[in-house]
Amino acid sequence: MGATDMTLREAAARMAAGERSSEELVRTSLGRIAAVNEKVNAVLEVDSHAIDAARDIDRRRKEGEELGPLAGIPVAVKDNILVRGWRASAGSRILETHTAAYDATVIARLREAGAIPVARTNMDEFAMGSSTESSHFGPTRNPWDLDRVPGGSSGGSAAAVASGMVSVALGSDTGGSVRQPASLCGVVGLKPTYGRVSRYGLIALASSLDQVGPFARTVEDAAILMRAIEGEDPRDATTVGPLETYVPELDQPSVKGLRIGLPKEYFVEGMDPRVKAGVMDAVRAMEAAGATAEEVSLPHARYALATYYLVMPAEASSNLARFDGIRYGYSAGTPSLRETYEMSRGEGFGEEAKRRIMLGAHVLSKGYAEAYYRQALKARTLIRRDFDEAFKTVDVIATPTSPCAAWRMGEKSADPLTMYLADIYTISANLAGIPALSLPCGFSDGLPIGLQLMGRPFSEATLFRAGMTYQSLTTWHTLTPTL
Amino acid sequence: MPITPEEIRHLASLSRLKIDEDDVEAYAKDLDAIVGYVDKLRELDTEGVPEMAHVEDLANSPREDVVEGCDQATRDAMLSAFPRREGDLLAVNAVFVDRTD
Repeated sequence: MGATDMTLREAAARMAAGERSSEELVRTSLGRIAAVNEKVNAVLEVDSHAIDAARDIDRRRKEGEELGPLAGIPVAVKDNILVRGWRASAGSRILETHTAAYDATVIARLREAGAIPVARTNMDEFAMGSSTESSHFGPTRNPWDLDRVPGGSSGGSAAAVASGMVSVALGSDTGGSVRQPASLCGVVGLKPTYGRVSRYGLIALASSLDQVGPFARTVEDAAILMRAIEGEDPRDATTVGPLETYVPELDQPSVKGLRIGLPKEYFVEGMDPRVKAGVMDAVRAMEAAGATAEEVSLPHARYALATYYLVMPAEASSNLARFDGIRYGYSAGTPSLRETYEMSRGEGFGEEAKRRIMLGAHVLSKGYAEAYYRQALKARTLIRRDFDEAFKTVDVIATPTSPCAAWRMGEKSADPLTMYLADIYTISANLAGIPALSLPCGFSDGLPIGLQLMGRPFSEATLFRAGMTYQSLTTWHTLTPTL
Repeated sequence: MPITPEEIRHLASLSRLKIDEDDVEAYAKDLDAIVGYVDKLRELDTEGVPEMAHVEDLANSPREDVVEGCDQATRDAMLSAFPRREGDLLAVNAVFVDRTD
């Protein structure tokens, strides 16, 4: 059994029984990366110290020390989350040589739980994209079909889990950047409730939307990883606590009595019929296990993408102002201050980052801010109210994660708007701040399809229970690509 | 109102972005398509709807203003990230040199 064929619970049990060591797990993980990363380009860098860290865990275990719940487990980390001593480039030239001076809170918590960060994963530049093609370090490829995209922006983390490099990874989700690549790569991904996970040490894209979230093969593993990273952090004032933590090991998940809502506005034209069929099959499977399904309405859903493409660039243009060629990152180093700004940013940022910075400047400029940005903030209120209303009669809302399976590389990169439409089902959860889980629910022509389950704020436990029940009834999550 | 190449040059200047003159047309076309799409929000009736600045019911989150400081290794790592430095100081271009700015 390989390092990543085991669930976290199995790995913990085997290590506790002395049948496996953390060193073996880390070596298997690094070996798999060495064997397949040339094809997939999911990983930008591995940490050679990881083996020492694993030996240290193994030694402490032998000495009888009480270890954390993730002791000795290799984890991959998206390139926009700071790991002390690692490069943190956010897929961008402007941060190509930037080394993180400290650990993000999620990394500090993973270490506390005993996990071992082993690899830094590829991503769309500054998490702007749905295909991982905009990375300065070359595109990541989908392990199920190397001519296709893995989704994005956390395509490296999704592909790393799908191709068996690690069993769990971290990504970030601003408009679907964990769930959509999870869907396209056939793995599990969660966008937690806004405020559940600290963003301290996450390179910001749009701060009112960003959340860090887990990737895994099983919903249970995603829940176990969440338990380690979530919770109040004085260094991120938006985090809330104390939280009701979900402990899958103490639960016997069921969907009996679970009320599933199907938003009528989502199941319309534009959705691939095979994607729709996969999602409806999943809903029927849960109905057979005791859940009920009914239609719900999210009347403002059709305004979500437009709202997102006003709020996100406005915040991104402000957040990316810090990259000025002065304090850190790439600097053109000209004699004039203005030229240093313009040349460092002009040469350091890629096309999509420039596009969104200019778009943000446009929607915030005098005369437009009222018509665009402030109108979007009002639309956001209406979108949230739609969910509050729907969640009066249902417990979860089921939709496809992505309107289509993985597309061919280059197919959508010429037209930004076409690319943006790939996030049509995921962005609402970010705008409303609610949790949303994506899990594999079938295949279309050999390519994975994802089911998205959205819930009330802080109802991650409900999503985990539904997802774990579904995975106990089906085997989609056990299938792996041949590389 | 369409996004013109002139508007792109203005936005690039506001954003302190040097962009190639050859790319201006393409940026204008892309941004115009995006703005054309988001324009549909104008049809939405938002009379009396409050703006959402934040999804949580949090207003301010005050804390004591205490300096935590950081350890020497973190401090050194941050200093070494400066593109240009003089000792422990960050080197910055003179602000008032560009008199025509």
